Amino acid sequence: MAEKGKPNQSRILEAKGMTKRFEGLVAVDSLDFYIPAGAIASIIGPNGAGKTTFFNCITGFYEIDDGEILFDGAQINGRSPDQIARAGISRTYQNIRLFNNMSAIENIMVGQEPHLQSTWIGAILGLPSTRQEDELTEDRARELLHFVGLEGKGDMLSMNLSYGDQRRLEIGRALASQPKLILLDEPTAGMNPRETIETTDFIRRLRDEIGITIVLIEHDMRVVMDISEHITVLDYGRKIAEGLPADIQTNSDVIEAYLGRGAAAATLEN
Amino acid sequence: MDLLRSQTSKTVLVLGSLSGAFILFTGAVGMIAAFHEREVVDRFISLGQLLLMIAPFVTGYYAAGKLRALGEAWPVLLIGGVVIGFMTAIPTVILLLFNSDEFRFLLDLTLRLIPFIAASIVAWRMHRAGNETQTVIGVWLLIAVLVGIVTFSFALIFEIKGDLRSVLVNINRDWVEVVTFDNRKDLARGIGTFGLISVASGFAGTILYLMPTVPRRALIYGLGVTVLIGAFGETARLILQENVERDTLREIFRRDTLRQNAALTLFIISTVAGFLWAMYGKRARASFSNIDVSQRRSLNIIGLAVFVVFMLALPWLIGRTLSDVAVTIGIFVLMGLGLNIAIGLAGLLDLGYLTNYAVGAYMLAVLTSIGPLGLFKGTFTFWMVIPLALLAAMFAGFIFAVPVLRMRGDYLAIATLGFGEIIGKLAISDWLKPLIGGAQGVQAIPKPIFLGTEMKNPEELYYIVLVASLVCLFVSIRLNNSRTGRQWMAIREDEDVATAMGIDTARAKLLAFTLSAATGGVAGAIFAAKVGTVFPNSFTVFVSINVLSLIIVGGIASNPGIVVGAIVLIGMPELLREFSDFRFLLYGALLILMMIKRPQGLIPSKIVTHEVRTGVKPKLAVAD
Repeated sequence: MAEKGKPNQSRILEAKGMTKRFEGLVAVDSLDFYIPAGAIASIIGPNGAGKTTFFNCITGFYEIDDGEILFDGAQINGRSPDQIARAGISRTYQNIRLFNNMSAIENIMVGQEPHLQSTWIGAILGLPSTRQEDELTEDRARELLHFVGLEGKGDMLSMNLSYGDQRRLEIGRALASQPKLILLDEPTAGMNPRETIETTDFIRRLRDEIGITIVLIEHDMRVVMDISEHITVLDYGRKIAEGLPADIQTNSDVIEAYLGRGAAAATLEN
Repeated sequence: MDLLRSQTSKTVLVLGSLSGAFILFTGAVGMIAAFHEREVVDRFISLGQLLLMIAPFVTGYYAAGKLRALGEAWPVLLIGGVVIGFMTAIPTVILLLFNSDEFRFLLDLTLRLIPFIAASIVAWRMHRAGNETQTVIGVWLLIAVLVGIVTFSFALIFEIKGDLRSVLVNINRDWVEVVTFDNRKDLARGIGTFGLISVASGFAGTILYLMPTVPRRALIYGLGVTVLIGAFGETARLILQENVERDTLREIFRRDTLRQNAALTLFIISTVAGFLWAMYGKRARASFSNIDVSQRRSLNIIGLAVFVVFMLALPWLIGRTLSDVAVTIGIFVLMGLGLNIAIGLAGLLDLGYLTNYAVGAYMLAVLTSIGPLGLFKGTFTFWMVIPLALLAAMFAGFIFAVPVLRMRGDYLAIATLGFGEIIGKLAISDWLKPLIGGAQGVQAIPKPIFLGTEMKNPEELYYIVLVASLVCLFVSIRLNNSRTGRQWMAIREDEDVATAMGIDTARAKLLAFTLSAATGGVAGAIFAAKVGTVFPNSFTVFVSINVLSLIIVGGIASNPGIVVGAIVLIGMPELLREFSDFRFLLYGALLILMMIKRPQGLIPSKIVTHEVRTGVKPKLAVAD
């Protein structure tokens, strides 16, 4: 990154007035937020609050209608998803999206794409540099498989892995690009309590051992309060609170957004 | 009534009707009569007659399996086979009666009765369902009149024209001749023979099913080989002609047909071979897989060497006529391998492959022709133009790929289909006529000259195709196992995610289109050199469809599959002239059958097999 931002060095990701509209529906409404570098941050909010849309805007899947997004001090809105991936942001998906008919190791090898140099001509000619890179890619993929706890399963098609393994593989694939920031969309969805604890520990390890900044979307409040160091709460596309877990837990707007509705629903049911 | 409604009788009746409809249909489109021209065994059986027997035979075999699955005992299976044979014959026999002088009145009667019967059935059902009498009578009248108009006009046509041929062109003397097994004069005897043979075939199919595994396999093998060699008798003779004494050949073949003795010998030999394979094949395979790695490697090398020698010697083993067919097959193999880069590796459904083929062909034609349209009158040789044709096709592929980069799946297919049509129209247009000759095309394209000898025979051109195909095969294997191949795979699997991984999908897709186009260009140039003239008629959408079909039939993303697909779809119609008239009918039938029974193709690639067996995108695999 040539233009490293000086004013907000500690903020790896920052958005100013970010807005995304779908045919009149405002999914994300002039949002200002930041993610501190090296943090484990969470985005929470009721269903339909715009959390996944938020991820899609950052990763370039959606083009934002207004505002700007800064990553590492450089503006990234308007860039294509592959450019943003190369800049150092990678992500996982709410409904796992692996390359189903590729083996686990191939999935991770594809993940290393931003760092690969070899060309198709090199591959046809079988150039030494290309072969070397291929071997290196494979070695590194095996290391990552080991890191996410999938060693020995590298040659299985990813569709044949168990649900938990698929989640882990997806994180492994996202890590393969050696990102500075990783966005995890509901990493513990569909997991039992034991798996959830394992995943939480794993996420913490990620930050501590590799030093990546992590942003999660999560529904499980125990997970959120347990590992987050910074929480942003969204509701109807707006930020209603931001801060430390302790602050969020006592914030009246947040309680209303969650419990207010929960209480209303409870009354209706009875 | 209960018996009729049971699952067993339903199965038999449905399958029997299908088999009967098949025979009737193939007769009505003229296939049976056309196939009768080809004798499988001399003065014994023709391909047309064989078709009449194969339908009840195969249906009987298949039905036996179905009935067994329903838990029926063997006598029921046998009865089922007989009933199927009988039902197979019924529609054709009825048509035979309608067509004869004595029973013509039956047709008139049927046509006159149909409106009343149809109306009565509907009315009866409505009555049973509790509709009011007035409504029922009204509906009865309506249907009787409407259907009556149709059938009476048919009846009128027959009356005026005198026979069925006015409507069903192929229900003619030839057809009657085949169906009655040469008893055209004696209808009763003809129908009897046909019915008996049909019943016997259905019965035989069931018997085959009931046999123990080993003799069953042996028989299937023996029958298959004999029928195949008999049907392709001309091909077999042409191959043998190159390698066998004339007198020996005469003992085996009468003209292009297997002699009865030869057929019998062949059947016995292949059955015995099939028997031995069924008995000991498994053990042989097992002992092969027990051989240790180093030995197996050397065996593999020997196998490869034998294959290479065979491929090199092929044109001299099979002679000129078949070499010509081999070159045609080779050109399609080359195109198949090329298109597979786009479709199989990168998942881009390109229906405009003909574009590249045409560009390559016209490039070679215009640059090398010594005719009036040749730009350089022989200055450029074949070898100089091949790279140019390749580059031109790449360029065309690139130009056409740019606007469709954002499209996916069906949309991409339709857009590329449109481009193919544009090229076809351009080739025939007045605008380009001064350059490429409009409908007349470009003539007088010289043959390639290699080391001073003109490669004017298919035996020699074969090597050009072989080398080009091997190069393309090498490139696509290398790419498939590289970073580029993984990029393509990722795009094929999930383009959005591929982008999010940092893959420049536009670039990767352009590369796939361009490389695929390059192969098409070379294939086109070789085609132009082989034929010697290039004109727009060679560049119809059927080229694209042929190539796509051979990939699908062979197995998507499977290189051996492409070769097999090309042999089946391109070679068969060339070798069996009778086929070529019904080429697209058979293509359609084959494709439908393949999609239902074997969607992964004849020789599937591992990945696709998996995809087909497990459903395309099972997102959330259940945790074990």
